[in-house]
Amino acid sequence: MIDSLVWLLLLPLAWATLAFVLGPGRGAWLAIAGLAAQFALAVDLARKVAAGGVAAHVVGGWGAPLGIDLAADGLSAAMLLLTQGVALPLAIHARAYFKAGDPAGVWFWPLLGFLLSGLNALFVSADLFNLYVTLELVGLAAVGLVAAGGGTQQVAAALRYLFATLLGSGAYLLGVALLYGAYGTVSSATLLPLVTAEAPRLVWIAAGLMVTGLLLKTALFPFHFWLPPAHGGAPAPVSALLSALVVKASFYLILRLWLGPLQALLPSFAWLLALLGAAAIFWGSWQAIRAVKVKRLIAYSTVAQLGYLFLIFPLLPAPGALQAGVMQVFAHGLAKAGMFAAAGVMIKATGQDTVAGLAGAVERLPVTFFAFGLAGMTLMGLPPSSGFLAKWQIIDAALAQGHWVIAVVALAGGLLAAVYVFRVLRQAFLQAPAPDTATAVPRTLEWTAFALAAASVLLGLRGVELMQLVTM
Amino acid sequence: MTSGLLFALVGAALFALGVAGVVLIDHLLRRILAFNLMGSGAFLVLVGLAQRNGVPDPVPQAMVLTGIVVAVAATALALALTRKLHALTGRLELPEDADD
Amino acid sequence: MKRFAVIASALLFVGSLAAAMLELAPAAIDLRGPVAAHLAASGVSHPVTAVLLNYRGYDTLLEIAVLLLALLAILAVVGEPGAARPAPAHPVLQTLARLATPLMIVVAVYLLWAGAFRPGGAFQAGAVLAAAGVLLHLAGLLPGWQTPRLRLRLGLAGGFALFLAVAGGLLAQGTLLQYPPALAGGLILLIESGLTLSLALTLAGLFLFLSRDEVAP
Repeated sequence: MIDSLVWLLLLPLAWATLAFVLGPGRGAWLAIAGLAAQFALAVDLARKVAAGGVAAHVVGGWGAPLGIDLAADGLSAAMLLLTQGVALPLAIHARAYFKAGDPAGVWFWPLLGFLLSGLNALFVSADLFNLYVTLELVGLAAVGLVAAGGGTQQVAAALRYLFATLLGSGAYLLGVALLYGAYGTVSSATLLPLVTAEAPRLVWIAAGLMVTGLLLKTALFPFHFWLPPAHGGAPAPVSALLSALVVKASFYLILRLWLGPLQALLPSFAWLLALLGAAAIFWGSWQAIRAVKVKRLIAYSTVAQLGYLFLIFPLLPAPGALQAGVMQVFAHGLAKAGMFAAAGVMIKATGQDTVAGLAGAVERLPVTFFAFGLAGMTLMGLPPSSGFLAKWQIIDAALAQGHWVIAVVALAGGLLAAVYVFRVLRQAFLQAPAPDTATAVPRTLEWTAFALAAASVLLGLRGVELMQLVTM
Repeated sequence: MTSGLLFALVGAALFALGVAGVVLIDHLLRRILAFNLMGSGAFLVLVGLAQRNGVPDPVPQAMVLTGIVVAVAATALALALTRKLHALTGRLELPEDADD
Repeated sequence: MKRFAVIASALLFVGSLAAAMLELAPAAIDLRGPVAAHLAASGVSHPVTAVLLNYRGYDTLLEIAVLLLALLAILAVVGEPGAARPAPAHPVLQTLARLATPLMIVVAVYLLWAGAFRPGGAFQAGAVLAAAGVLLHLAGLLPGWQTPRLRLRLGLAGGFALFLAVAGGLLAQGTLLQYPPALAGGLILLIESGLTLSLALTLAGLFLFLSRDEVAP
């Protein structure tokens, strides 16, 4: 009997360490093999959770509040599935993307391993201080991946990202410190009955600090300033990982606090979060429509799509709202990963990174632009994609509770997404000027991008199973 | 006013000072110092507030040990990036974002 | 304007936080009792070490991962170095460094051993050793480090790998990081020894990998 939950943590740590020992530039096959095993473990865990409720592991045998507890419910199992499911195709993509000796690819594999172990650890931890350590693991790995081998703009973007992420985890840490001072424990399960609506003022301040810190890390408007340069400037596989997975980790934490220990306090801020989410949708979409460079456009699209996630907060705790949020996380994760992967191919093939320079590129890269189109379908919310399912659930839950404003915002966001997606597609289908900078691109790159984008659409057909998992 | 509570109050002040520093200061090295100040403030609060009744508590002390190592790691990475930026541009401030 | 807004909100924040701290009632849960009660079974006799390496050992595992990761990120950022010429230093400094280093090694070993029953342990010992390394570098006796070769990589990752191996072994027996009470002391000392060496190399590396002559492009 393999304890999938714990092996999902130890396995990436093990192959990351081994990849480091193997040396610079090595470790690609090790990573892909490890990820395949992790994906199998995640599926196994999801099956166990769907069948029997929450999977738990008491580390060290001590039990909270003295020790640290790990727990995986439907939400955690879904996030673990998404993480391994997106990382595996991206790893295959990255192996073909980084040529030998590329400074950005030299230590990519151990960094990837640590990033994934941090993410996995974050999704199953039930201890607030342990979550701080996992947040730092994820944050520093992400910054390292953004900065690797880069020039001035990339290093500057990485520094900006680092400061934002450190501010965020610093605020979160202070919140945890205040909670420990107030209650004497940092275990989520132990805090749950203790934190009531009559909690002392200190606990309200702590809750505000923790959420603000996590909002900084999730790049919700107006804390989004660091995201476009970082996601827009990093190598394409790194941008895909960041947009699809890393920003979702802090959102997951906000959700976990909302549904867990801070459930008596946080719902007071629901409409503030929804308002910021709506602002993110409009501002992000507007900037994406105006963007000159392809990756910057996609990065602003991330800012906009993250806004959808925050629209669900006034609708919780209705189960439809939680499922809508998870479906949006999946839809955006798969679609954005595919989109960034496709963008990486476009940039490699055309030798430049602006939208205007993609004129007529569809002749050379049909698969890539098909992938981009499929991913765009999900972002716009066209049926039968998972993006459509997610938006439909948000609108359904909003109308059921009489909040038609949220439904209108969701629809408007879909229309705005159509504008910036068609900007790129229209450019690609125009007649090309003399294509003298056409570079051949390995097939693997195009097909992994396609696989991710297609998955985002096909998930819409199997969405019911995912939703059933999350109601556990 | 026990010593623990005094530490916690000072920690809160240091945290706020540190955050203000990270947000307002442009010089990268001073920004990193401000971040360290912020971290130290949070650690002081963690230990001081838990020990406000005067009796030592080992759990937050162990947590702060962990936190210090994490802060060292983050500071080292920030310094490496700063040094690289200095080598590339010759300046110790973040350049304006070029693509917006 | 921005300056004023930030300073004003910082002052407001400190004020409300201070007031909230002063009016706080005693905490509901006191962990000192359980820590002391299980201390005999934890393998060490100092409560902070017990929390760090046993009760909350999982935190320590992840924290070492963070440190190793930071080193990796620095290696990824710095790239290929220029020539690493140690700067010549004053002979008095060099002599003092040579005298101090063996003493620091002895102190580090003591700190590692003492961690079981008084303040000390792997981190403190590793930090002292790393400081010795930095001192030797600043005195011009130890050159800055290039891209790590296999031996150095093994040294850097070895402590963490050992910790992982023990964790995996214990997981196969049942629960993650659940030390059998009879073996707990020995296992913890083993893990801490490995960690001391790796931490020393990693912390020194955070300085020494950066301290090379940067070749401006």
